[in-house]
Amino acid sequence: MANSLKCDVCSKPATVHLTQIVNSKIHKVDLCEACAQAKGVTDPSGFSLADLLLKASLNPEPTGDIRCESCGFTQQDFKKTGRFGCPSCYNHFSVLLEPMLDTMHKGVAHTGKVPQRALARKSLYERLTQLETELDQAIKAERYEDAARYRDELHQVKQASSPKEDA
Amino acid sequence: MKINELIDSHSELTDTAASKSAVVLMTRIRLARNLAKHPFPGWAKDAQKREIRDQCMQAVAALPQMKRGLAIPVETLDELQKQILVERHLISRELCHAKSGAGIVISKDQSCVVMINEEDHLRIQVLRAGYQFKKVWNTINTLDSDLEEHLDYAFSPKLGYLSACPTNLGTAIRASTMMHLPALVISSQMEKVVRAVNQLGMAVRGLFGEGSDASGSIFQISNQTTLGESEDEIIKHLNGVLNTIIEQELNAREKLVESEPNKLSDKIGRAFGILQNGYLLNSSEAMNLLSLIRLGIDLGIFADVHRAVVDRLFIECQPAHVQHAAKGTFDPSQRDLLRAEKLRMEFAKMPAPDFSNTVR
Repeated sequence: MANSLKCDVCSKPATVHLTQIVNSKIHKVDLCEACAQAKGVTDPSGFSLADLLLKASLNPEPTGDIRCESCGFTQQDFKKTGRFGCPSCYNHFSVLLEPMLDTMHKGVAHTGKVPQRALARKSLYERLTQLETELDQAIKAERYEDAARYRDELHQVKQASSPKEDA
Repeated sequence: MKINELIDSHSELTDTAASKSAVVLMTRIRLARNLAKHPFPGWAKDAQKREIRDQCMQAVAALPQMKRGLAIPVETLDELQKQILVERHLISRELCHAKSGAGIVISKDQSCVVMINEEDHLRIQVLRAGYQFKKVWNTINTLDSDLEEHLDYAFSPKLGYLSACPTNLGTAIRASTMMHLPALVISSQMEKVVRAVNQLGMAVRGLFGEGSDASGSIFQISNQTTLGESEDEIIKHLNGVLNTIIEQELNAREKLVESEPNKLSDKIGRAFGILQNGYLLNSSEAMNLLSLIRLGIDLGIFADVHRAVVDRLFIECQPAHVQHAAKGTFDPSQRDLLRAEKLRMEFAKMPAPDFSNTVR
């Protein structure tokens, strides 16, 4: 061994070398004694590989500092807490997230339950906003025939979606 | 319903008649949900958290499942009340430490709980005594769908339900059972089981979750990954692992009865003696003694009817329950006295062990 391995966390000489197979992929982690202790590698029951890999994979700092535009959460914040700031962080940090998901989960795409009602509500809302914008534009451009059509359609969509008073 | 009423009323775990399961004490499913376009609790400002809590608490409390339940901000509870809810597995220790903006909604029968502004905006949880994933999943699935009628969840078609921590992403489900595995512990096989279960992608924890010890030979086993499989697949996979563990435990019991019947009877007989006559018992010792009695019931040394009593005492001998029963706050040594007194009373009525099935 010409050059000794360095700890993935603090770059001191590594004395603990861990190889684990998760979902038939080999993951190697090298740690110094202090970091191994801190991560609980020496205690087989309390040691969470997901956590370790998550932090280790963040260490090389691939793309500098990413920041969530919606909530101001930074890459540093994520490194510190292991959690995100808001739902939009999942878009802004996707570069970081994608390699992590592979080691953390069975797959990288959701195949479970879908919130049907919330999604229907969302698409309805989007359809209404779109029609309202088109109606506005048509009125401004004095395309009254188009405007009348948008108005009728808007009326129809609204009526179809509003809850019936009685059956 | 007020908090003290809830604490003193019958609960799913302490007053159930369904204590028939020899190995699985309790089944629980938790779903993490967050509101779209709102910062997660760990990043939200206090004012935002309170606003989120008010919105969520109102929506959850209005559900038919929560009728005549309890809906309350966490900061209005005192330490002992919070601790009691933790000991009943209704809320997490993390929620107890929440400084502001956290809330709890608990159903009247204490089988459905929603924690608000814990790690996620909503942690929906359903628990039942015994081994009943089907029933628990149906209940929580309906609860979640009903709630979604009133709240816009953060959801991505590709990544599923968006959670504060990416380890919960996707289905955001944690399905778990509380298992009583005394024979695997006595025969020193538990470490092997934990390793095997971990390798299958499942987590093993002590009675009170992360970092807690396994006194009473009670372990919590749950799925670890949440993305890439549907809820049904995750539960099915977990079921497979759990059934193997149950089988291992039952085999280990059979082996103990066969190879060391006298040693085993002695352990159980002594446990009974200490519970009937002990004067100072800390909670860990009490749990271990109760565990042996429960094993004795499963082996036919005591009558079946006592299983529900032991399951209730597993919870009632915890520190906050002991103090609540004695109506005050007491230091640990006083609690040991009170705990032993309660156990002496409970076990005074229990008939002596009948070893005719195990001793040969």
